[in-house]
Amino acid sequence: MDIENVPQEGNATLGGHRKAMYARGADGRLAPVAYAGWEVEEIVTRQAVEELDRLAADALTRVRAGSASPLEYHMYRARMDDTLLAQTTGLWRWRVRRHLRPEVFRRLSPTLLARYAAALGLGVDQLTTVPPQA
Amino acid sequence: MSDFQHQHASHCESGVMSAIVRHYGLPLSEPMAFGLASALSFAWLPFVKLGGLPLVAYRMPPRAIIRGLQKPLGLRMRTETFRDPARGEARLQELLDAGRVVGLQTSVFWLPYFPQDMRFHFNAHNVLAYGRDADSGDYLLSDPVFEEPMRCAPADLARARFARGVLAPKGLLYYPDGQPAEPDWNKVIPAAIRKTVRVMLRTPVPIVGTRAIERVARAVERLPAAGDTRQSLLFVGHLVRMQEEIGTGGGGFRFMYASFLEEAATLASRPALAEQAARLVEIGDGWREFALAAARMIRGRDAFEPAALAALLRRQAADERAFFGALEKALA
Repeated sequence: MDIENVPQEGNATLGGHRKAMYARGADGRLAPVAYAGWEVEEIVTRQAVEELDRLAADALTRVRAGSASPLEYHMYRARMDDTLLAQTTGLWRWRVRRHLRPEVFRRLSPTLLARYAAALGLGVDQLTTVPPQA
Repeated sequence: MSDFQHQHASHCESGVMSAIVRHYGLPLSEPMAFGLASALSFAWLPFVKLGGLPLVAYRMPPRAIIRGLQKPLGLRMRTETFRDPARGEARLQELLDAGRVVGLQTSVFWLPYFPQDMRFHFNAHNVLAYGRDADSGDYLLSDPVFEEPMRCAPADLARARFARGVLAPKGLLYYPDGQPAEPDWNKVIPAAIRKTVRVMLRTPVPIVGTRAIERVARAVERLPAAGDTRQSLLFVGHLVRMQEEIGTGGGGFRFMYASFLEEAATLASRPALAEQAARLVEIGDGWREFALAAARMIRGRDAFEPAALAALLRRQAADERAFFGALEKALA
């Protein structure tokens, strides 16, 4: 890659930051260049973020319909899935999955709720509620 | 602490290690740290899942550069992990008080200075702590992938250092024991290159090296192209994301290794290596072509054609195989 071909089109997902990339300069040698981003990068990052947002939105709909627990919504909001949440809390995955059911979640002990809240970086009160309908 | 110089790098671990080595007296560029540690690679581990997607890496696993620089530079790296976050924090403070710069393994998700869209649960991000702000208590961090030094509140840093899950950092901190020495470039450079050639061409398992690229090609080819392609496209996007985000911009690792070869050609007086650098830049451009083709399909600008993407990957595999063969000959 030559220095004049280094993409500087910007990438919203970088939040204004620039990354470094090695490219061939005018002297014919490779050197680091700060680059503002490439659309390709933005497309694949947005794809991953949007997938997690979609999962969170779906979960929210189900929480409101009474078929999922708030834990599922907060799990996806924290960009986790059941495997990662199990690893983070140190619980078995089958238990985490069980706790995604509203009737089971409602009966969780304060200790377990605190464990989930800590793993997700939330307060317990946040964990047991979901945002009100807009 | 005040004499520490932040430098923008393209990859976190090579950036941190070159900064540490430089800080302790031996000027070492990021590509040199990357190449000397034989960090270039390709790996496909379908049984390790990150967010439900198989692990694919365009370089050696985390900590390979920290470990790999010890022998060529005669540098002993001390690494410490902690079960108890409070002890990990106390130890970091102790080292900073002693005037050291300290490498840390962290989770990207819990570092608040990362842009929102980049915050995924990736646990092997390396940063360097070089001090603390007396007023706010914030840690002063040199995160090599950012242009400027960063700051981070103690609670956030603790959370990032003790994140759990795949590649959990367990509070890992590292710092050199003693001074790095200028090596005999004529010895260490060929040895490091030979190791990379071996990994790329002759690993006994087909999930590492150029054969692994072919395996990924096969996996892409098998993706359903009709019906609900969301899952297929997520997989393809993931392949690109691993090069882009964690992989320094398209063919990033290939470009960085090419830069290493160019520098190595001068240091070891082996001009043949510089010719190989030019070839590797073209291979890096090939990875970018793949990324571009994939992104166009993800956005729906082109029809989703797994066979076309697989063909691009096969070409990369063939090019890399020929390249590493030629690189080995260039050393002879």
